[in-house]
Amino acid sequence: MIVAIASGKGGTGKTTIAVNLALSLKDKMQVALLDCDVEEPNAHLFLLPEFKEKEPVTLPVPAIDQEKCTQCGICTRACAYHALARVGKRVLVFEELCHGCGGCGLLCPAGAITEIHKEIGFVKRGTARGIEFIQGTMNIGTALAPPVIRKVKSRIPKDKLTIIDSPPGTSCPMISAVYGADYCVLVTEPTPFGLSDLKLAVEVVRELGIPFGVVINRADMGDGEVEKYLQEQSIPLLMKIPFDRRYAACYARGGLLVEEFPELKSSFDTLWKAIERRVEA
Amino acid sequence: MKEIVVLSGKGGTGKTTVTASLAALAKNAVLADCDVDAADLYLLLKPEIKETFEFWGSQKAKINENKCEECGKCEDVCRFGAIENFKVNPIFCEGCRVCYNICPRKAIDMVDTLSGHWYISDTKYGPMVHARLGIAEENSGKLVSVVKKAAREIAERGRYEYIITDGPPGIGCPVISSLSGADMALIVTEPTAAGLHDLERVLKLAENFKVAIKVVINKFDLAQEKSKEIEQYCISKGIEVIGKIPFDEEIVRAVSKGVPPVEYSSGPAAEALKNVAVLSFEGVRIA
Amino acid sequence: MKIAVTSAGSSLDSMVDERFGRCRFFIFINPESKEYEAVENIYTGDVHGAGVQVAQFIVDKGVSALITGNVGPNALRVLKESGIEVYAASSMSVKKAVENYIKGKLTKISNPTTPSRHN
Repeated sequence: MIVAIASGKGGTGKTTIAVNLALSLKDKMQVALLDCDVEEPNAHLFLLPEFKEKEPVTLPVPAIDQEKCTQCGICTRACAYHALARVGKRVLVFEELCHGCGGCGLLCPAGAITEIHKEIGFVKRGTARGIEFIQGTMNIGTALAPPVIRKVKSRIPKDKLTIIDSPPGTSCPMISAVYGADYCVLVTEPTPFGLSDLKLAVEVVRELGIPFGVVINRADMGDGEVEKYLQEQSIPLLMKIPFDRRYAACYARGGLLVEEFPELKSSFDTLWKAIERRVEA
Repeated sequence: MKEIVVLSGKGGTGKTTVTASLAALAKNAVLADCDVDAADLYLLLKPEIKETFEFWGSQKAKINENKCEECGKCEDVCRFGAIENFKVNPIFCEGCRVCYNICPRKAIDMVDTLSGHWYISDTKYGPMVHARLGIAEENSGKLVSVVKKAAREIAERGRYEYIITDGPPGIGCPVISSLSGADMALIVTEPTAAGLHDLERVLKLAENFKVAIKVVINKFDLAQEKSKEIEQYCISKGIEVIGKIPFDEEIVRAVSKGVPPVEYSSGPAAEALKNVAVLSFEGVRIA
Repeated sequence: MKIAVTSAGSSLDSMVDERFGRCRFFIFINPESKEYEAVENIYTGDVHGAGVQVAQFIVDKGVSALITGNVGPNALRVLKESGIEVYAASSMSVKKAVENYIKGKLTKISNPTTPSRHN
């Protein structure tokens, strides 16, 4: 079973929910946590995993054999990303524009194009407190998060509960992360920003056909509009976490809420029961 | 004309609150919301939309059933897993045209897709350019470029002094587009382990651009130790921290009322935000 | 001999457009005879790799030099590899820029002046 923790707005508490949910379940079942927020992965700051493996994520980009190239121009015209330019007797490659579709190599009549593997990030695997931990990191300056996310997800273990910490937003990185999940938890805060971005995230998960529910974080710091919206839309409210300076301080130093605050441990247990019930139904 | 782009790396640190405060205090600015995924600046600046434009951001492959002979070549060549059972899943199609070029029956068309909308609006603080990316659409980086281009044209035509841009979180494609051509990156962080970690990454990215970099620590008093650690880190990098904003529930109330905090309150956070605005304008003038 | 100037309008009195990939017009001019042709930049709306595309367009026109404001790394690489010299001009008319070019008063751009645009 795969549960994705996502949100339209950043900073609402996705990582907090993902990490603490994983921790509260690890004694009951086998749990894997995937950090798919590859632009800004953070879950490791809380779980301090011991990494055992690191593999690069690469993108296949063209390399031109200028000896074989006849400067016919087919590849430069075919490239939808303008990553190739024909200049005098050479074809230049702009690797950072390339999406790795492989079209140029397939179409080159002279067989002058081979592919090299350009590193765009890496995936690390290890364990933390009995939880299998898999993290993707996109190299700084790279623009393509989805291939890194896809690589992380290709490592989803079978027979384990998999919790995905998703990137914020509603576009390709977020969709790559939540796609294929059995359930999605949308984390929000009770402010106009939280509500506006929650509505967008709801549209995305509905479009993808993933069943979902909502967690309201810092639930007493704002207004009642989010709850009203959930009621109107018949969206399950799975859990509310109040604002508490002690929780904020715990988060700030990378502490673990369920270990420091027993009252939250039982809230996370209830959250899990609510998710389980809805997935089984 | 100088452009300040407000970024954070980590989401939810207070970018939009800072941007709105700068917008409310700038006398002569064009405002741009480049967080096209989850645009929130409108909630505080209350734009009145004057013009709406369609954003045709990409092409997607479409298989013509009448011509398709189900040879399966398209599925073999698609590296994005977007073709299954002779149907294209538009969510995964990246518009690379490989299937279109390879199909022996010419049964695949590339269709322009409406990926969102963008707007030119009036606010009481100046003109504003903002956008909304369609649900489950890609190419937010391109839409950011469109928004920035429009903001720059308005600023040039109207001889505005500043462009103030609310940037997206992260370090990916829309952030790179937001940074392009900006004069200053104002990075809003928070005193948490995650805030510092993400600050380091977004700083490394911003250093590749010719921009002045300034840092603001929001809610600094929620974790004084972490806050000091961030300040030390910035000093070691030679980057100036131009403001430390205290945690203040007045900010939450201002946001709930849909008002830039500097107009709503004269509490400690609002005062700190005013100071950040003054230092930002001074800083970007010499950038 | 022909050179290209990025221009905000279609005449020699138009100002040099300081943007390369997204300039409004290109003016292709023979600096001696002053014979010229203005071509609208059709790539401005193009969101993928505008710099590379426009550079390719300039290269295919067979010019020996380009006068513009700012050039990114990708476009500059295409231009350099084609042996096109790039000169900087700002806040002046196309006519003035061409005169300055003939007199050797323009500065050569040898490093990118704007960061890379990846899309």
